[in-house]
Amino acid sequence: MTIAEISPGLTLIGGSLLIPLLRGRLRSAYLVLLPLLGLAHLSLLSMGEFGTVQFLGQKLVLLRVDRWSMVFGWIFMIAALISSIYALHVRAPLQATAGVAYAGSAIGAVFAGDLMTLFVYWELTAVTSVLLVWAGGSVSAYRAGMRYLFMQIGSGVLLFCGAVVQMNATGSIAFEHIGLDGPGGWLIFAAFGIKCAFPLVHTWLQDSYPEASEVGTVFLSAFTTKLAVYALARGFAGTELLIPIGALMTAFPIFFAVIENDLRKVLAYSLNNQLGFMVVGIGIGTELSLNGTAAHAFTHILYKALLFMSMGAVLYRVGTVKGSELGGLYKSMPLTTVFCIIGAASISGVPLFSGFVSKSMILSAAGYGSYVVTWAVLLFASAGVFHHSGIKIPYFAFFAHDSGKRCKEAPLNMLVAMGIAAFLCIGIGVMPGPLYALLPYAVDYQPYTASHVLAQLQLLMFSALAFSVLMWTRIYPPEMRAINLDVDWIWRRMLPGLLRAFTPLLRAMRRGAGSTADATVRAAQASVERTHGLDSRLAKTWPTGRMGLSVLILLLGYLLLYYL
Amino acid sequence: MKHPAKPTAAEPERWLDRAENVRKVYYSVWIACALLLVAELFIDKHVELEMEHLFGFHGFYGLVACVALVLAAKALRRVLKRPESYYDDR
Repeated sequence: MTIAEISPGLTLIGGSLLIPLLRGRLRSAYLVLLPLLGLAHLSLLSMGEFGTVQFLGQKLVLLRVDRWSMVFGWIFMIAALISSIYALHVRAPLQATAGVAYAGSAIGAVFAGDLMTLFVYWELTAVTSVLLVWAGGSVSAYRAGMRYLFMQIGSGVLLFCGAVVQMNATGSIAFEHIGLDGPGGWLIFAAFGIKCAFPLVHTWLQDSYPEASEVGTVFLSAFTTKLAVYALARGFAGTELLIPIGALMTAFPIFFAVIENDLRKVLAYSLNNQLGFMVVGIGIGTELSLNGTAAHAFTHILYKALLFMSMGAVLYRVGTVKGSELGGLYKSMPLTTVFCIIGAASISGVPLFSGFVSKSMILSAAGYGSYVVTWAVLLFASAGVFHHSGIKIPYFAFFAHDSGKRCKEAPLNMLVAMGIAAFLCIGIGVMPGPLYALLPYAVDYQPYTASHVLAQLQLLMFSALAFSVLMWTRIYPPEMRAINLDVDWIWRRMLPGLLRAFTPLLRAMRRGAGSTADATVRAAQASVERTHGLDSRLAKTWPTGRMGLSVLILLLGYLLLYYL
Repeated sequence: MKHPAKPTAAEPERWLDRAENVRKVYYSVWIACALLLVAELFIDKHVELEMEHLFGFHGFYGLVACVALVLAAKALRRVLKRPESYYDDR
């Protein structure tokens, strides 16, 4: 077996085991080298299926290389490299080890050719990534991590059940197009949907990502949800139901993002919004829209990581990322400010930045397909994402009113990681050719037409105008030290509250049930005592004469019956 | 302006610290929007949907969308806002 027949995910997972054994500069060098080795490993792969194993009568495909798995493999490996560099300042080895193993699990999953292999990596991403949430270190991080783990493991269990049902229905566990024709398809759809943070099951994302450590969130932002996007694209391309789901995902989080104070939580909401674009692309299911989804996942991982890295740097230096506490940091952290603005421009789809060349494909696909309502929602969401990620994040952190806070610029390793991501954001925006060449289908798309660039600039500049006017007139809601309820209120407050409210009743019922049961048992005991107890009728000693009499009567009766 | 930062000898005054410069930024956004509308007159529009042919469609859509977004979110806050310790006190 050559290296080209082994999953590149295993390079990172196996390699991560060595991280805790190394110290100091050696570990730093190793942390950079490992993803580079991973990239080299990727470049050695050739298209096809490798590492097939027979297991319980089913064919497991440990490594399937095609254009879909390659484009996600590349971007996951690049994200692993950037995140590892970003983690270099952390002395304890846990985060880097968990992070690299987590990246490896996600990469293993995109190269999995069957549902069982996918399931194993799927659960591995859950257990490795929760360590990054817990690395946040607070009690609330611990609790959010438990809720996160519950959802992630739950998703895996659904995937497993779906795979078994699918196997019984079709006789195969190959991970190809699945669709919603049978119950197995629905179970798998639900599993992917949870991990993709579909509406109503989205809150694990906004709950846990802002609680993770500054390094943890950067790792987390790249892999879990984009793995789900990959899985949906492979299993459910062209499933119409995904269009309204995705459109809803683009729209509703931006309302929360506008009023959210924790800037990393704002980014978590906008992550949800960006996933919506990808989900719509999968639902439309044309070559253009699926290319758009793959391209958008690629660019999104970079600019989202860049934005989370800039906020992580603020958290690391200032100790908070609450909008109400920040402001004026451009004076202390000019480079971080520039990198944040590059990330903000990219997510907003400013021409010459990466988001523009990928999001346009999905919007155009919706337009060509005459999904007018969806298209209008996506355009609204594009304006909205510029509003909260493009303007709000850099504005409240680095400008706004001067908070008087002064700190050092971000550490060198963070600046290098942000620099690489920023370089790629601009590089892809200016020269989309190499990215387009990686996409699953041949690309015949030109993002840079005068008409298109002008339309996008108008959309963005007028959105900026709206923000400026609302700020100028003080209508814009100020950042406040407060939280906003989301649907997780149902299981964090309402259900426990109901349970508490019913506790006295339940207790009374148990007491009642207990006393009834006691009385019944006591009555039974008494009746047994009456017949079988000491001196009771059945416990008495009988004289032999009475025995003889009884036998005589029995025999006479028998004789009588015999002659009758 | 909760903590107005006073310029000190160690920290020079920045360009954005002056109110008139902030005003300049504000008005330049207006000017940029106007220029983008003017630019539309000189561009051959080719678009995917009928409504995009309307003059300044994307600009006005963005403006209305964002104002509506902020006002709706502001109303939403009245319903959803809770103290930071909401989930902590059990």
